[in-house]
Amino acid sequence: MERTFIAKNPSILWFLLGLSVFTVLVTIFSEAAGSSVVSTSFLKILGKTLCLCLVAIAMDVVWGYCGILSLGHFAFFGIGGYAIGMWLMYDRTKDIVVGSLENNILPPTPDEITIAIGTQIFGVVGSSEFPLIWAFSHSLPLQLLAVVLVPGALALVFGWLAFRSRVTGVYLSILTQAMTLALSLYLFQNDTGLRGNNGLSGLQNIPGLEAVSQATLSLWFFWASAFALGAGYVFFAWMLAGKFGSVIRAIRDNETRVRFLGYHVETYKLFIFTTTAMIASIAGALYYPQAGIINPAEIAPIASIYLAVWVAIGGRGRLYGAVIGAVFVSLMSSWFTGGSAPDINLGFYLVKWTDWWLILLGLTFVGVTLFFPKGIGGLFDLISNYREKQQ
Amino acid sequence: MNTLLEVSGVSVSFDGFKAINNLSIQIGEAELRAVIGPNGAGKTTFMDIVTGKTKPDEGYVIWGEKSLSLLDMNESQIAQAGIGRKFQKPTVFEKQTVRENITMALKNPRSPLDLLFNRAAPDTEDRVRAVSDDIGLTDALDQLSGALSHGQKQWLEIGMLLAQDPRLLLVDEPAAGMSATEREQTTDILVRAAKKRAVVVVEHDMEFVRRLNCKVTVLHQGSVLAEGSLDHVTKNQDVIDVYLGR
Repeated sequence: MERTFIAKNPSILWFLLGLSVFTVLVTIFSEAAGSSVVSTSFLKILGKTLCLCLVAIAMDVVWGYCGILSLGHFAFFGIGGYAIGMWLMYDRTKDIVVGSLENNILPPTPDEITIAIGTQIFGVVGSSEFPLIWAFSHSLPLQLLAVVLVPGALALVFGWLAFRSRVTGVYLSILTQAMTLALSLYLFQNDTGLRGNNGLSGLQNIPGLEAVSQATLSLWFFWASAFALGAGYVFFAWMLAGKFGSVIRAIRDNETRVRFLGYHVETYKLFIFTTTAMIASIAGALYYPQAGIINPAEIAPIASIYLAVWVAIGGRGRLYGAVIGAVFVSLMSSWFTGGSAPDINLGFYLVKWTDWWLILLGLTFVGVTLFFPKGIGGLFDLISNYREKQQ
Repeated sequence: MNTLLEVSGVSVSFDGFKAINNLSIQIGEAELRAVIGPNGAGKTTFMDIVTGKTKPDEGYVIWGEKSLSLLDMNESQIAQAGIGRKFQKPTVFEKQTVRENITMALKNPRSPLDLLFNRAAPDTEDRVRAVSDDIGLTDALDQLSGALSHGQKQWLEIGMLLAQDPRLLLVDEPAAGMSATEREQTTDILVRAAKKRAVVVVEHDMEFVRRLNCKVTVLHQGSVLAEGSLDHVTKNQDVIDVYLGR
């Protein structure tokens, strides 16, 4: 069975091959391997990009395959970041606090340690008490579980309410935007207990691995991201192969007709919405330790719209299209906004790409949607069509 | 012959207009029946009532040997009970192959987990083949259904209904927009389908009905005007007056 779905879809093998080659090359040229071609900061960008690719394929499954234009999937990505960030921050702060109290003449009581950790973490929002939301932050396994379960539960409840009422199309998109906006605003509040607009920081330091250099740590995270992307790709490809995939694509094309065939459309949508939310969260949990910081601005509505833009530019309804879109747009974005792109002097006006990049991206999005609905991934169709003609 | 579907004394009106007026029809098991009548005679409303789309103001619709009342069931329950309906306009999933279309329709468990984890039912291929042989699309199994001709799409849609293995098949104007040869094939498909199940065909086209060679019910103003063989009803003076004579 495993063989048939990969045999039917050779792009899976090509993708895995490309990803492996890329991973090996980056590893060879990384600072951890003694080279200076790929700097540690660039390695982090690459690792983060792989995570963005993973959330992009999740977006492609929910939108490109199932036809649900969710403009809220980045919220799930952020929740993953927060869930892992809570443990990272707690455990590392604990290490520091315990270390600094060690030299006291009287050994500190557990209460003193807890208060000291609380003061360290919540001092910025004028508090020293652990909110209830941090109840499991001492335990890595529990927070890892939260990475999957919290967004899963949120997506399940949200999706159930929305799909049950047969909210579709643009109305659903607006609802999902409202969801991510509400979550972002909620996290902005100091009372929420996740440090308000400060967010969680210092996430690049992994507790217990202080002895390991950032160069090596970054490489490990890069590997983990590459593995997660490969596994996610195969998982979705497996899911979408065969009859399940048929039904999902049929729901996209004609929901009513699928219902008429006797399938419970809402259950399928809920399944897809929830599964992709969980994968998006896993991607976030790998992304933010590489970014080092997460704050509520990360899950602002615009982030989820970006996600849709990546998938549209890369090509909807093909997993590798989403990957291409995420890589292409996010690397272009860091090139244009990072100041590397040369400004264009028109004589009467200086085009600064840091200001104009968003406009360029917007125009590209409109252009792709109007003239190349298949996106960059559509180019592969041209190649395969050409080959067929040759034969 | 056992009665599979019994419609008795059914009336329905829309804004005072009586679309169906005291209509009574019995369909037997494995029967092929043609329903004809001028526009507005209530043919489509009759199908709407049987499939649960329209609820009648009065009357009974009784189904199967357990004599279930279809009026107490919703559309998907009626579909599950074994009544399949083909609408006039063919709606197949154009971006998927004929095989995928038929496979989706096959009578199988339909939950997401069933589809994900029990994907390779060993008899799937045989069942798909049986359906595609029936509708003459075996050679086109791996084609995108969007690439099929209009007539072939109609057959695929009939095939998708057959794949659901209904006991009663309601077919609304299957020959609309078809060429002469396609019509002939369509009659063959329907006649074959009626060997194992009841098939009710609503049709305007007399030649098509003649080829079906079955019992004919003539509707007029929401009730049965005449019933019998085509030759019998075409000799009926009332039928000639309201329908054929025009």
